[in-house]
Amino acid sequence: MRPMTITEKILAKHAGQKTVTPGDLVNVKVDIALGNDITAPIAIREFKRIGATKVFNKNRVVLVPDHFTPNKDINSAEQCKILRDFAHEHKLKHYYDGGECGVEHALLPEKGIVVPGDVVIGADSHTCTYGGLGAFSTGSGSTDLAAAMITGEIWFKVPESIKFVFKGKLGKWVSGKDLILQIIGDIGVDGALYKAMEFTGSAVRSLSMDSRMSMCNMAIEAGAKSGIIAPDAKTRKYAEERAERKPVYYESDKAAEYCQIIEYDASKLQPKVAFPHLPSNTRDLSDVGKVALDQVVIGSCTNGRIEDMAVAAKILKGKKASKKLRLIIIPATPGIYNESLRLGYFDTFTKAGAIISPPTCGPCLGGHMGILAAGERALATTNRNFVGRMGHKESEVYLSNPAVAAASAVKGRIAGPDSL
Amino acid sequence: MKIKGSVWKYGADIDTDKIISAKYLTTSDPAELAKYCMEVEDKDFAANVKEGDIIVADKNFGCGSSREHAPIAIKAAGVSCVIAKSFARIFYRNSFNMGLPILECDEAVDSTSAGDILEVNLDTGKIKNLTNNKEFQALPVPPFMQTLINDGGLMASIKKRGLV
Ligand code: SF4
Repeated sequence: MRPMTITEKILAKHAGQKTVTPGDLVNVKVDIALGNDITAPIAIREFKRIGATKVFNKNRVVLVPDHFTPNKDINSAEQCKILRDFAHEHKLKHYYDGGECGVEHALLPEKGIVVPGDVVIGADSHTCTYGGLGAFSTGSGSTDLAAAMITGEIWFKVPESIKFVFKGKLGKWVSGKDLILQIIGDIGVDGALYKAMEFTGSAVRSLSMDSRMSMCNMAIEAGAKSGIIAPDAKTRKYAEERAERKPVYYESDKAAEYCQIIEYDASKLQPKVAFPHLPSNTRDLSDVGKVALDQVVIGSCTNGRIEDMAVAAKILKGKKASKKLRLIIIPATPGIYNESLRLGYFDTFTKAGAIISPPTCGPCLGGHMGILAAGERALATTNRNFVGRMGHKESEVYLSNPAVAAASAVKGRIAGPDSL
Repeated sequence: MKIKGSVWKYGADIDTDKIISAKYLTTSDPAELAKYCMEVEDKDFAANVKEGDIIVADKNFGCGSSREHAPIAIKAAGVSCVIAKSFARIFYRNSFNMGLPILECDEAVDSTSAGDILEVNLDTGKIKNLTNNKEFQALPVPPFMQTLINDGGLMASIKKRGLV
């Protein structure tokens, strides 16, 4: 049998085939179909327009109105109402609203809704996050979501895979976020267009589950269809604690084919900062120069998990954020919020002068909870720094890991934790 | 089907936030979205674009978010077709699914300027620049996608296959 990558194996299994080859068009069964308050209203409109009356499985269609939660205005409230009414009408098991709502890509793994080996489609580009669990997951539009909600299937072209091998040991303050920023800086925002990115090597193995998800989260920022890390003991432990279905653990065959293999010596890498206005516009922390900040945001589906809160708390402990800027911290889910509270992080954050936001996408997409004025500059642990992404089109967004963000909040300019 | 229109020309990596900013995503009404189409990139576009006009852009058009609001806004603004060197994959799928014609053609992009008049044959992928009299051939649309278009989009094709 043809040796296959982890991605090909998952797709073959879900297509009911023994093997698949890159370029094949396959119809695959989806385990989870996800929508949010921006994309699901259009999907629901399409669903109704063609006269559909039933979702393919009420436990597998997941709706999370996270982008503008808590509803920031009348229009966004109306959008959420469309989701809420649909969720109740179809008795969806996984609908998260109000105090249960969190950023979708942090919420689904945490609750065990997505499990290793799954095929997940989400009408949200960062659906690729679940590759961190060893699932095949990819973003789609609303019409694809509508079709999947009805049929439980979606068509894909089987992608070629690029393998990224990180050998050696990670340096201090270097996280999954930095590895992916390094890659995007090297290959560009379309460097992996249509492809699957597979991350391996001892440095990747050493990453926590949170950091793996943050790495796969940004595969889309290189144009990729998906990002994936093969499951190991850490993945198994994570899944055992929460998976609501039986996980399947896949790994790539030794002789699997890759269209490209790129190797890194992890010990040589530094924390990275992406400059405006593309995630590929990266520099090593030591080459950043003097960049004064008006706002620092720690949160999002990239870096709003408990490990990110912990690192921020560690750095901010006993310190104060610069008076020149606003520090906004957004635990990505109610679970992370509660855990941060329990561990005393909120005490540290509030004493440092931070604003603690309820779980929401908020400023990440320029929605609410911290919008920038013309000429303002923010450093964020989010994933996109496009023109106008966090507010006025003459504002700027820089991207980094949470350790750099927390240290920068104290300094008032972009700086590493070792400079404190 | 043949279309003819005047060109709006843009560079590489036009992201979905440039096509339709997140602050307008609290609605999915096509007419409303059209008013703000391309606002971040080109503030004159929405007010001046005419029915049938064509967007021509460099590589990786539509990168970023999965928001279908982006192709919806472009279509509702009256744009008949987008030609680029390449498209981000979610934007590519979305456009086919909701019926916005898109074509990939390096040469057409390099040899076309803003305001040129293009004639595009959507069935054959032939692009004619009537301003400078050059002709180009776009990459063929994969047969599977062509079937989707012929069926009238993804939802229509699902209905046709009796899956509803
Ligand atoms: S946190 Fe940001 S990137 Fe993640 S889903 Fe929300 S808006 Fe998108």
